[in-house]
Amino acid sequence: MKKILLSSIIVIIGFTFIGRLSYLQIFSSSSTQILEDTAIKAIYDYPERGYIYDRNGELLVANQPAYDVMVIPREVKPLDTLEFCSLLGIDKTKFTDKLKKARVYSPRLPSVLVPQLSKEDYARLQEKMRKYEGFYIQKRSLRYYASHSSANVLGYISEVNEADIKKNPYYIQGELTGRTGIEKQYEDYLRGIKGVKYIQKDRFNRVIGPYKEGTMDTLPEQGKEIHVTLDKVLQEYGERLMNGKRGGIVAIEPNSGEILALISGPTYDPALLVGRERSKNYSKLHYDTISKPTWDRALLAQPSPGSPFKTLNALIALQEGVIKPETTIRCYNGFYVGNKKRGCHCGGGLRNMNSGIYKSCNAYFAGTFRKIYDKYPTTDEGMDVWEKHIKSFGLGDFLGYDLPTGRKGRVPNKAYYDRVYGDNRWASSYIISNAIGQGEVSATPIQLANMTAAIANRGFFYTPHIIKTISGEPIEDPKYTTPHYTTIEKQYFGPIIQGMADVYTKGTAKWLQIPGINIAGKTGTVENYTKINGVRTQLTDHSVFVAFAPVDNPKIALAVYIEHGYYGSRYAGHIASLLIEKYLKGEISRIDLEKRMLEKTLDAEYAKPYSGEEFKINEYVW
Amino acid sequence: MSGKSVLKRVDWLTIFIFLMLITIGWVNIYSSTFSDSNSSIFDFNELYGKQLFFIGVSLLAAFIFLSLEAHFYERFSSLLYIITMVLLLGLFLFGKTIAGATSWYDLGFFNLQPSELAKFATALALAKYLSDIQTDIKRTKDQLFALLIILIPALLIIPQPDPGSAIVFLALVFVLFREGFPLFYLGIALLAIIIFITTLMFGTIWVSISLALIIATFLLVKKSSFKVPILPLSLFFIITIVFSLSVNFVFENVFEQRHRDRFSLWLRLEKDPEKLEEIRKTIGYNTYQSEKAIESGGIFGKGFLEGTRTKGDFVPEQHTDYIFSTVGEEWGFAGTATVVILFTILLLRLVHLAERQKSDFSRMYGYGVISILLIHYFINIGMVTGIVPTVGIPLPFFSYGGSALLGFTALLFIFLKLDANRLNEWH
Repeated sequence: MKKILLSSIIVIIGFTFIGRLSYLQIFSSSSTQILEDTAIKAIYDYPERGYIYDRNGELLVANQPAYDVMVIPREVKPLDTLEFCSLLGIDKTKFTDKLKKARVYSPRLPSVLVPQLSKEDYARLQEKMRKYEGFYIQKRSLRYYASHSSANVLGYISEVNEADIKKNPYYIQGELTGRTGIEKQYEDYLRGIKGVKYIQKDRFNRVIGPYKEGTMDTLPEQGKEIHVTLDKVLQEYGERLMNGKRGGIVAIEPNSGEILALISGPTYDPALLVGRERSKNYSKLHYDTISKPTWDRALLAQPSPGSPFKTLNALIALQEGVIKPETTIRCYNGFYVGNKKRGCHCGGGLRNMNSGIYKSCNAYFAGTFRKIYDKYPTTDEGMDVWEKHIKSFGLGDFLGYDLPTGRKGRVPNKAYYDRVYGDNRWASSYIISNAIGQGEVSATPIQLANMTAAIANRGFFYTPHIIKTISGEPIEDPKYTTPHYTTIEKQYFGPIIQGMADVYTKGTAKWLQIPGINIAGKTGTVENYTKINGVRTQLTDHSVFVAFAPVDNPKIALAVYIEHGYYGSRYAGHIASLLIEKYLKGEISRIDLEKRMLEKTLDAEYAKPYSGEEFKINEYVW
Repeated sequence: MSGKSVLKRVDWLTIFIFLMLITIGWVNIYSSTFSDSNSSIFDFNELYGKQLFFIGVSLLAAFIFLSLEAHFYERFSSLLYIITMVLLLGLFLFGKTIAGATSWYDLGFFNLQPSELAKFATALALAKYLSDIQTDIKRTKDQLFALLIILIPALLIIPQPDPGSAIVFLALVFVLFREGFPLFYLGIALLAIIIFITTLMFGTIWVSISLALIIATFLLVKKSSFKVPILPLSLFFIITIVFSLSVNFVFENVFEQRHRDRFSLWLRLEKDPEKLEEIRKTIGYNTYQSEKAIESGGIFGKGFLEGTRTKGDFVPEQHTDYIFSTVGEEWGFAGTATVVILFTILLLRLVHLAERQKSDFSRMYGYGVISILLIHYFINIGMVTGIVPTVGIPLPFFSYGGSALLGFTALLFIFLKLDANRLNEWH
């Protein structure tokens, strides 16, 4: 016993140590993560965020310096607080409060005392800064907006949150990321790649030199400048026309799918979301739940398309061979669904395809729609065929454009009606409203613009997109360069386009003619309802207009949707015509239309449902 | 006897391990004190340069220890003991204070730490006394005298203050146990330690309950023929509980806060994360940082001169008492396991050598050497890895420090000389 006592102790100690060391070094070791090493500090070198230009090389977004007043609490010496506070533009209690917070965070590390000084404050402060030990000014880069338009489509940047960091380990606390719009979509290009320097620290957090002689350090990669397809002039003009109106406008170049304008009203100055007032402004915009300025109506609103949808039904009827352009249908100032009469504004009489379109006859399209269904033995089959045609125009689908928000819209189908009415408990009379773009069908403005582009191109469209070049390199993504063909053959577009052109010459929009430009368009007046105190109440119709021009060689196709603007030819038609003229001619000849649009607002209309009083809708005078 | 023949008979395995440990130790001292790549390794202004000088001196001393007449050590052991005790006493008058401890003589070019010399001197004196034909370890008087030999240096060193070095001498009781000191005492000491620790961790109530359960189990499984010693057993039970209660009392009322903190750190008693963080920043700072440094080394370490925590001086006293954390960070588990295995082989080899001695003196001295090396090795690596409370003593052959290296070299090589000479012994 006494002879082996010491040997056993030696062996036991040996095993204990090996066990403890394997626990420390094998099972709990986390040495692989360089950033978790407290002895190494990573210092990041942030590249400048890429600029954003419009299609003509006009600057939209750049960067501006901002100046944060920083404090290292431990180094602060007694100072003339009163004078310093007046220089900073804050009061004394706020100052001491901030200083205390900074000290709690860390006495040794810098904290922000006053963020984002204005240039003027900075200039005043700069010379006197030496007097205040422990304080210094740190330069930061903020977004600068060369255009006060396009807030929603450009998007904004903000600090990353926990979820962002989890999703993409590139980011660390305090960094910025594109939050919406183009800033979000093209974040990876705009951001660039930050450079990193690893610094070896000692236990007092002092720098003692580069880690591994800097062999692991990287240089920052500049953010890429991008050109977007927007036309700054058109965009700004459109926003001016939207003064006091809610709605969305999307303009597309038909032969490329490039988005020329993407406007949502009401809008706001993107510069509001930069700088010291940012959070105050953001709350104001975000919590405006009535006019919803941050809600991009061009991409997210999904009203019924209204009469522009008739053009698709006409195309389907021709493709299916159930009608000829000359076929006539009589309008009795309306049409009958069972015993119930539905109204029409066209004036009544015999309608063929041409007059049906330019007079927007409801009876003609109800008849056409019935013919499509009657071709097939069951409504189910008719429905399938109809749905296939409609969807080939990109409706009922996200479309695949390069912006981070969107809605699918709705193309009702068998499954939908079976769900709503019960299996086989519906017939073509239930769905007749779709003939005139009312009822269950709905679409976002960008879908309507894309549909219009497909008509302008006589049967195909390119996926709408906002990116034009990155670092000067044109985008050759096949996603944006491959045409998507509709199920309608090219030959059937002629009569429809003629009808749309006649809308301007002798139809619903003849007061909107632009001298020298052949425009094809279609008005839409969309009935809509809301609930006021739980009661389904009809509101003034939405004003919708789709158009493209010139008819022979379309350069622009657009859709305008104005909430509660009444007739399609009123607000939407005016705005569409003006935008086309602005884009194609660069100047406005119809000053009368322009003046009307710049002055007239719909504020009174929008106030009606909230007035708590009885109100009239669809008032004739305007 | 010529120097040539001693080199033939000396145990080369031990010397080989000794050289390996010294080399590995120096490499790590170099890494932990390295600051400027332009200096030569012989730069005596740098700590690693100084240590290289001490290694040279120690190797020279080792050769001298091997060359001296074997009987010299036995003959002069009492004198050596008395001289070192006088040196320890002299510290109270002429000592130089470094880092709060008056443990050194300032010799100008070198600070001498007599407590390091006292280690092998005491081991020699103890062996000499116990091997004396007139000493009987079974006799209480002789037991007490042997303990006195151990305690004198310990008591002289405690007030320096250097309690760590004082503990080392207590390890020499292993020599007594080897020579017939009743193991019963060791059992009592072990039990006391277990009760001390368990009381702190789980409280008196759980200790009593567990003890009662153990006794009950024992009574249940005992052979029916076995007569239960009721009175001693009850006495044992009561004493244990009283001891457990006194542990609480001593811990709360006699210990100072810093002692309490050390124990609560060691036994992981503190669960409140805020207080834990506080302990990590104050009393537990060294242990926490050294554990983290070792942990960060992983399996294969970060490589020579690549230890970020070593470079950043995160572990204070890293080149002396915490040198093992450098091994852990830069060489990983591969390195630390190697060092532990080397120490284990060395110690087992020394046990083997001690047991083959014909002379009682040599054997007892051998056990003294093993006890001293073992306690250093156990406490040091245990402390650095956080399983033993913080006691500042060096890791033999590793830690920076001339006196310590010289002391350990003397300790080892005197024994190797005795071993080489064992065939000439006639008792």
